[in-house]
Amino acid sequence: MNTEQFLTRLNRRSFLNNVSLGVGSLALTSMLGPHGLAKPAKRLSFGVINPLHFAPRAKRVIHLCMAGGPSHLETLDYKPKLAEMDGKPMPRSITDGQPIAQLQGKKELKCLGPQHEFKEFGQSGQSISSALPHIGGIADEICIIRSMITQQINHDPAHTFMNTGALVAGRPSMGSWITYGLGSEGSDLPGFVVLTSVGGAQDQPIASRQWHSGFLPSRYQGVHFHSTGDPVLYISNPKGVDAKGQGAVIDAVNSINRLRNKTVADPEIDTRISQYEMAFRMQASVPELIDTSSEPQHVFDLYGAKPGDGSFASNCLLARRLAERGTRFIQLYHRGWDHHGGVKNGVLTTAKHVDKASAALIRDLKDRGMLDDTLVIWGGEFGRTPMAQGSGRDHHMKGFSFWLAGGGIRGGISHGNTDDLGYHSVEDVVTVHDFHATMLHLLGVDHEKFTFKFQGLDFRLSGVEEAHVLSNLIA
Amino acid sequence: MPFDRQTCLVFAAALVFSAWPSGLVAGENPAKVDFARDIRPLLSDKCFACHGPDAKQRKADLRLDTREGAVADLDGYSAVVPGKPSESELVARITADDEDDRMPPPDSGKHLDDRQKELLRQWIAQGAEYDLHWAYKPVTRPEPPSVNNGSFVRNDIDRFVLATLRSKGHEPAGEGDRRTLIRRLSFDLTGLPPTWEQVQAFATDRSPRAVEKLVDRLLASPHYGERMAVFWLDLVRYADTMGYHSDNVQTKPLYREYVINAFNDNLAFDQFTREQLAGDLMPGATRRQRIASGYNRLNMTTREGGSQPKEYIAIYLGDRVRNVSGVWMATTLGCTECHDHKFDPFTSRDFYSLGAYFADLEETPVGPQKYKPLPTAAQQAEVDELKKQLPTLEAVLNTQTPALDAALAKWEAAQVMWTVLEPSAAAAANGTGLAIRDDRSILASGELPDVDTYTVTLKGAPAGTRAFRIEALPDDSLPKKGPGRAGNGNFVITEVIVKAGDQIVPLQNATASFEQTLANQNNPYKKWSAASAIDGDAKGASFGWAVLPKVGAAQRLVFEAAGEFNVEGELTFILKQTHGTQHTLGRFKIFATAHAGTVSADSAAPPKKIGDILAIPLAKRSDGQKKTLATHHRAFAPELAATRKELAGLKERVKRLEKAFPTSLISVRLAKPRTVRILPRGNWQDDSGPEVQPTVPARLNLANLEGRASRSDLADWVVSKENPLTARVMVNRLWALCFGRGLATPLDDFGAQGTPPTHPGLLDWLAADFMDHGWDIKRTMKLLVTSGAYRQSSTTDAETMAADPLNMWLARQGRWRLDAEMVRDNALAVSGLLAKSIGGASVKPYQPAGYWKHLNFPKRKWSHDSGTSQYRRGLYTFWCRTFLHPSMLAFDAPTREGCTAERTRSNIPQQALVLLNDPTYVEAARVFAELILRNGGDTDAKRLAWAFERALSRGASAAERDILLRLARERTEHFAANAGAAKAAATAGEWPVTTALKPEHVAAWTAVSRAILNLYETTSRF
Repeated sequence: MNTEQFLTRLNRRSFLNNVSLGVGSLALTSMLGPHGLAKPAKRLSFGVINPLHFAPRAKRVIHLCMAGGPSHLETLDYKPKLAEMDGKPMPRSITDGQPIAQLQGKKELKCLGPQHEFKEFGQSGQSISSALPHIGGIADEICIIRSMITQQINHDPAHTFMNTGALVAGRPSMGSWITYGLGSEGSDLPGFVVLTSVGGAQDQPIASRQWHSGFLPSRYQGVHFHSTGDPVLYISNPKGVDAKGQGAVIDAVNSINRLRNKTVADPEIDTRISQYEMAFRMQASVPELIDTSSEPQHVFDLYGAKPGDGSFASNCLLARRLAERGTRFIQLYHRGWDHHGGVKNGVLTTAKHVDKASAALIRDLKDRGMLDDTLVIWGGEFGRTPMAQGSGRDHHMKGFSFWLAGGGIRGGISHGNTDDLGYHSVEDVVTVHDFHATMLHLLGVDHEKFTFKFQGLDFRLSGVEEAHVLSNLIA
Repeated sequence: MPFDRQTCLVFAAALVFSAWPSGLVAGENPAKVDFARDIRPLLSDKCFACHGPDAKQRKADLRLDTREGAVADLDGYSAVVPGKPSESELVARITADDEDDRMPPPDSGKHLDDRQKELLRQWIAQGAEYDLHWAYKPVTRPEPPSVNNGSFVRNDIDRFVLATLRSKGHEPAGEGDRRTLIRRLSFDLTGLPPTWEQVQAFATDRSPRAVEKLVDRLLASPHYGERMAVFWLDLVRYADTMGYHSDNVQTKPLYREYVINAFNDNLAFDQFTREQLAGDLMPGATRRQRIASGYNRLNMTTREGGSQPKEYIAIYLGDRVRNVSGVWMATTLGCTECHDHKFDPFTSRDFYSLGAYFADLEETPVGPQKYKPLPTAAQQAEVDELKKQLPTLEAVLNTQTPALDAALAKWEAAQVMWTVLEPSAAAAANGTGLAIRDDRSILASGELPDVDTYTVTLKGAPAGTRAFRIEALPDDSLPKKGPGRAGNGNFVITEVIVKAGDQIVPLQNATASFEQTLANQNNPYKKWSAASAIDGDAKGASFGWAVLPKVGAAQRLVFEAAGEFNVEGELTFILKQTHGTQHTLGRFKIFATAHAGTVSADSAAPPKKIGDILAIPLAKRSDGQKKTLATHHRAFAPELAATRKELAGLKERVKRLEKAFPTSLISVRLAKPRTVRILPRGNWQDDSGPEVQPTVPARLNLANLEGRASRSDLADWVVSKENPLTARVMVNRLWALCFGRGLATPLDDFGAQGTPPTHPGLLDWLAADFMDHGWDIKRTMKLLVTSGAYRQSSTTDAETMAADPLNMWLARQGRWRLDAEMVRDNALAVSGLLAKSIGGASVKPYQPAGYWKHLNFPKRKWSHDSGTSQYRRGLYTFWCRTFLHPSMLAFDAPTREGCTAERTRSNIPQQALVLLNDPTYVEAARVFAELILRNGGDTDAKRLAWAFERALSRGASAAERDILLRLARERTEHFAANAGAAKAAATAGEWPVTTALKPEHVAAWTAVSRAILNLYETTSRF
C-alpha cells in the first residue's frame, strides 16, 4: 500500500470511528423509529480534500447523460449553411483524413440539413431546437457549450473517456473522484448514485465500468439504483425475515465482532461494525427514497412522471430527492440517442422522454433554492455527423454540444462554436478535460492538485495534458 | 490494555514518513546515504518529470537520472559537483528562498522537506555516487545473516527477517495457536477452511513435523491449484466476455483449467511462462501448450459497429504490452504508449518493439474471434479410429464388380428416355400471354387472370409414346421465382386433357415430384395430388396438383396414356387452371416417352451428361464413358445401399464428435506479421513513425538475436536467469499471498516510483533460490509457509502495532478479509453445499434479476445454474467484464479489464448487504441450520458449540454463546408464532429441504447461522 492509499484508509477509519462513537454502541433494534425506519445519523463523512482548495460554487452534481450521442445539429447547434447544403456533397477538405465510424468506406458523403427548426428562447434569445421546447423554457438558466470535442468515436470508449478522462479502461469515474475528494453529505445513502432509463432509439449498452472507482477505494464506486426488483442490489431482507429479525441478526453479529475486537484490536473490525449499521440504515433509507408517494401531484405533473415507471422523468425526480438527501454525484443515463437512421423522428421521440423532465428538474431545484449549489450537466458522449447516414447521422467527435446549469454557471449564455457545417469545433474549443477541470473548480477543487498515486504516477481526472477552467462560464 | 487506535494510526503515519525510507536513522551503515534506497526515489518523484529520461519534456537540458547528466558542465556550473555540495547548483536551487529560483518550482505541486534536502546534500558530500536502480541489478544470492533465536528461526527466511526486525528494535510475535495456524494455512494454500476433524487432528499432533505434514497435505490438494489460479487469472485478466460495448460471451475455460492444473502439477514457472507466451511455437506443441498460448488472446476485444480495425489493432497491441510488462516485469510500460517514460529508463520505441512480438497473432480486429478445436487425446483417438474405417468403405463404393456391371445393365434397361416436345402454338382462354421460348418451354406473362386454360399444340412425340411429363419450371420473372404466377409462387393444375387429333387420350397413373399437403382441409384427396389433375374433375373443378411450399424449383407431373393413340400428327395439351386467385402456371415444358415399363415421377431423367452416354449404343461407348456411367450408377445402386448408409453414418458421427470438441482462443501465427510502427503520441492514424521490429526494452536487452525475434525469444528472455525482474516479481507476489503485502510495494511497480524492498537481501535470496531450484513454485510456497515469520501470531501489542501499522518489518503475521471467491467458498464449505470438482465451464450462481439489462446486441438474461453447478467455487463464476457478478464486485473482485496484481480490500456496506441478503448466503445459512439441527445434539447449547466449531474452528466463549443462544430462543418464539414467515425462511434456496425438521426450528437456526456466517472472523484470515 502506498502512502496515499494508507492516508485514505486512515481517513476512512477516522470517519467510521466517529460513526461508531455516535451510534455504534446502540442496538439497531432500538434505532427503529415509529414507522420502522432507522433514525437518520448525523453527517459525519469528509473527503480527502480538507479544506477545499477554494470556496465552492456547487456542492453536488447531477449529470444527465444523453447516451448514444445526441445530434447537436437537431438539438443545440443550428447551422443554416448546412440547410443550404442539404443533399450536396460534403466538402472533402473538411472530411479527408478524419476518423469516421460507420460511414467509413462510403464513396461520397452528403450533407444532411438540420431536421428541426430552431427558435430563440427566453430573454437571452438562446437558439434551441423546436424539438426541445421545455429546455427552451429554461433558456435563461442554462449555458450552452457548442464547441465540445472528444477523442473517441465509438460509444463504449467515448463514455469511458467522458467519465474517467482516460482512454484506457479501469480508471476511476468522475463520480468516484468527486466523492473521494469531497465525501458524502448524507450518511444513509451512497455518495454516488447512478440511474438509467431507455426510449427513443436502440438501447445503448452501458458498462458498469462507467461508474467504477478504478484504483480509488471501492467505497467510492457508484451505486446503481434499479427501476425493477431491489432498487439497490440485496437491499431487501431474505424471505420470512422482517426488519426486527434482520436487526436481531445484525445486533448479534456486531456484538460478537466487538467481543472479538477486544482480543485482536483490528481497526477493520470497527469498520465492519459501522458498515453493518450503514447497511441496516440503507435498508430503510433506500425504500424511503424510492417511495415518492409523499410527493404532491403537481410535482409529478411538472416532471411528467408516473410513480415507479422507471422513466427518465421518474429518475429526474429521484435525482432531486437524492440531492436533497446529500448525495454528492448523481448520474442519469438515458440510453436512447443513437440515431444512425431517421434522425428527424428519432430526436423528436427521444426528446419526448427527456425534454420536459430535464427542464422540470431545473425548475424544481430552483424553486427549492437548490439550483445555486447544484451543478446540472446535460450532454452525450459525442455528437453526430453533418453528413447523412441514410436518413440519420453517424457518430461524431470533432464538435458537439452540452448545456450546464446551476452551481455557479452563468445562465442565458453560450460558449464556443462549430464551423458553418457543424463539423469542427472552431471557437473556444472545450475538451473533455476542460470540462472536468471546470466541474472540479465549481466544486472548490483545483484539478491540478487533486491527484492519486497509482503505479508510481500522480493520476488526475483532468489528464496529463493542460486543461483549462472555463472561467467565463462562471457567474 | 485498551488503546486509542486513531492516535496510534496518526502517529504511525508520521513515523512512516519521517523514519523511512532513510539511511540516516537506522540500518547497517547509518552514516552512508544509499542512492538506490534514499536518493533515486527522491529524484524520481521530485525531479524526473522535467529532468529525467523523457527527452521531449526535459528542461534546461539537465537530466538527473544519469550521473553524466547530473555532473555535466552547464556553462560554467554543474547541478552536481561530487563531494562539494556548496558548489552544486542543485543544492543552491533546492534551498533557494526566492520562489523563482527554487526547485522543484512551487507551482509544480512538488515539495522537498528539510530532511530530504539534507539527504541530497549529504549524498553529494559523499561523492554523489549513482547506482543502478535496485530492480535492474542482477539477482545475487546473499548469505543469510546469522542470528540467535532458536525457536523463531525455522529456515533461512527467518534469518533475514529477524536481523532486520532487531535492527528496528522489535522482536517477533509468538507462534500463532494451532487453530489459527491451520485456518491460515488452509485459506492461504487452498482457499478453503479446514474441517473440524482436521483442526482437531492438527491441534493434537505432537510431532515436530506437524506443520510440515499439514503443509504437504495442503500443497498436494487439488484445491491448491484453484487457489493459486485466482491470483494468476487476475494478473492475466481472464474473463468470459469480450469487454467492450456489447460485451458478448468469449469464454475460455480450457485456459483456466490449464492454469489450475499447472499449479497443481507444479509446472516450473519458466515453462509455465514459455507455454503461455509461445506454447503454439514450441516444437511439436502439445494440446496443453496450445491451450496455454491462449494467454495472448485474453485481451478485451470489440464488435461495436463503426469501430476502425486499425485503431483496435493498436489498442490490442497496447493492451498486450501493458499486460506482459505488468505480469512478468511489474513495469508500467503503459506510459510509453504516448511518450518516453518519465521515471524509468523506457522509451516509446521499447513499447512498440515489445508490442511487435505479438504482431504475428491471428485475430479479428473488430468482430467475433475464431475459436480453435482442442480435442483431448481420447477424443482425437476416437475420431481417428472412426476415420480409419472410412477408406475401406469408400473403396467398396468406388470399386466396380461384375455384380455391379449386371446391376448397371439392368438399371440402364429401366431408364426412361424423355423427349422434349416442340410447341407449335400456345394460347390462353382468359388473356394470359404465352410465349414459346427457344428451349421449348412456354412462359406466361402479361395479363394475370384469376383462372385460365392454356391450350398448347406440340409435335415430335417419339413413335410408341405412352407417357408424358409436364415440367413446371422456375423463372426469375415469376413471383418467388415461380413456377406458378400466384403471389406465393404456387399454381394449381386442375385438369390435363391430351388430344391426338380430335381423339381424347385417356390418362392413368399420375404421379408428381411433390404434392402439396398445406391447406388440405377441404380437399377430398387430403392433398393437392397428381391424381386430381387427371380425374375429369370428378371431385370438383377447383382441386388439382399444387406444390406449396416447394416453390422456386422445378416440379414435375408424370402420367401414362391408358391406350394406344396416333402420334403421327400434333398433340394438343389443354391445361385447365380453374382454382382461382391467379394460381396459374408460369413456365413449363412438356415431354414424352415410349418407355415400355411403368413410368412415374420418380423416373427422373438422368443428368444430361449421362443421358448423352445412354444414347450411345453400348458397343460404341469409350472406356471413359463407361467409367463415368458406372460411377454415376454406383452412387445410388441399391446393391451398395448398406455400405453407403454405413459410410454416411460414420461421417455423421465424426462430424458430431468434432463439433463437440472443446474449443478455445489460442495463439495462431500469421504467415506475415503485421507491420508495427511507433505511433506518435499513441495516435493510431499517424503513420509517420518509424517501423519497429520485435525487441525487448533496450535497457534490459540481454542478447542480440539474429533475424526476426519470435514470441519464443521473448519468453526465453523473460525467464532468463539474467533477467533481473521476473524471479523477483514472482517471489514478491508469492510472498504477498502468504503475508498480505509484498516485500517490495506495490506489487505492480518495480520502477523508480515504487517503493524499494523492505528486505532487499531476502527478496534476492528468495529470487535466487527460486531460480536455482528450477523455478519450483511449491518449493518456494513451502519455504514461505513453514517459516517462523509465517507462523507468528497476527496479533501484537499496541506499541508494536503503532510503530509499524503496515507491518513492514514483520513483527507479526498479516491479517485480512478473505478474497471475494473465498468468502463464497467458505460459506458453501461450512454449509456442506460446496461442489468440489475441478475445472470445467463457467457457472452462474444466483444473481439479481435484471442486473444484465444494460447489455445489448443482443439483449440477454442471466439464468442461474441448478444442481451442483450452483454450488461451485467462486473462481468458476461466469466473469462478465462489464457487469461482474455483484457479490464478487462488492468484495473487490476485479473486472479483469487489465492486469491486477493486488486487489484492494475494501470494507463497505454492500458487503454487509451481500452477506446478509444474497440468496447464496441465505441458502448456505439455511442448509447449515439443518446440519446443526440434525447433527449438533439435543440442546441449543450443544448445537451452538457444534456450529461454532464447524464455522470458526473453535469453541464459543461464554459471552458469544449467550448472544447467540438468546438469538436462537427469541427467533424460535417469533417463528413459532409466525408459521408463514417460518416456512419462507426455512425453505430458502433451491437445495432440497430436510422435511423431518420443524420449520420454526430451521428458520430460527437459520438466523443463528446467518449471524455466524456474517462474523468478521468467519470471513477473515488471521
